[in-house]
Amino acid sequence: MRILLMITTAIALLGTTGAQAGPRAAQLGEFAAQAQAADAGFSGFSASRGETLFRARFAGGKPKTPSCTACHTVSPLKAGETRAGKSIQPMAVSVTPNRYMDPKKVAKWFRRNCKSVLGRECTAREKGDYLTFMMSQ
Amino acid sequence: MRLFIFIVSAALFMPLAAVAGNGSPRSAAESLVKSECGACHMVFPAALLPAASWQKIMATLDNHFGEDASLSPNPRAAIESYLTAHAGRGRIGSAEPPMRITELRWFRGEHRASEVSQLRKQRKLKTLADCTGCHRGAVRGYFEDD
Repeated sequence: MRILLMITTAIALLGTTGAQAGPRAAQLGEFAAQAQAADAGFSGFSASRGETLFRARFAGGKPKTPSCTACHTVSPLKAGETRAGKSIQPMAVSVTPNRYMDPKKVAKWFRRNCKSVLGRECTAREKGDYLTFMMSQ
Repeated sequence: MRLFIFIVSAALFMPLAAVAGNGSPRSAAESLVKSECGACHMVFPAALLPAASWQKIMATLDNHFGEDASLSPNPRAAIESYLTAHAGRGRIGSAEPPMRITELRWFRGEHRASEVSQLRKQRKLKTLADCTGCHRGAVRGYFEDD
């Protein structure tokens, strides 16, 4: 009976946090490899650089979105808002635990939003820094 | 033994139950519309614009009212197919397909500034494009609750 209980607990736990860390770590690994290829001096991602990126004001993007905070607000813990009035789930993983789990979705939003805010694609290092920051919040 | 089988089955099916969500069946295309279009704005009922308008909108997603809403080809095609299949069938009248529901003549008639501007201020509505600000049943196409 005890063995049966242990097995059922293990199966139930499969759906929880243990399995969730995988896709995020995999994406960070990919970004790290790309960052390394782009710059031999790359020595790892930095949450602090990610925060700087998040809060910076850029001149090269669209006038209505000079910064990530324009839509995501200054606090990653709070819900943001799109120009059309729709709520955006908080960026912080601690508040929105299923964030950044789908690599296609992450790639899509980086592609669109970096273009809007920075006026260019974000580098692999910037993406890794940004995710690292949000995972620390 | 039966209890064990029950518990294991329940644990295995729980993720599936989460995916099924509110229980109502939804086509793949409709789900795409909700997840892709609904990410930034309320999902406008397809019947509010004619097919030609939806086609034009889906052809210019890289500059979608000032935003980059570009999609990869498959979801784009599936969404366009859904929207045109469920589009409004009224006559457009003018040569150019209308791009904004808020500019349609019947819409302007229903939302005259004199009647609506105070309500907008009260409810702090960013834009008239956010129908749910006043019409809570809007996503289901129900607007009589204002």
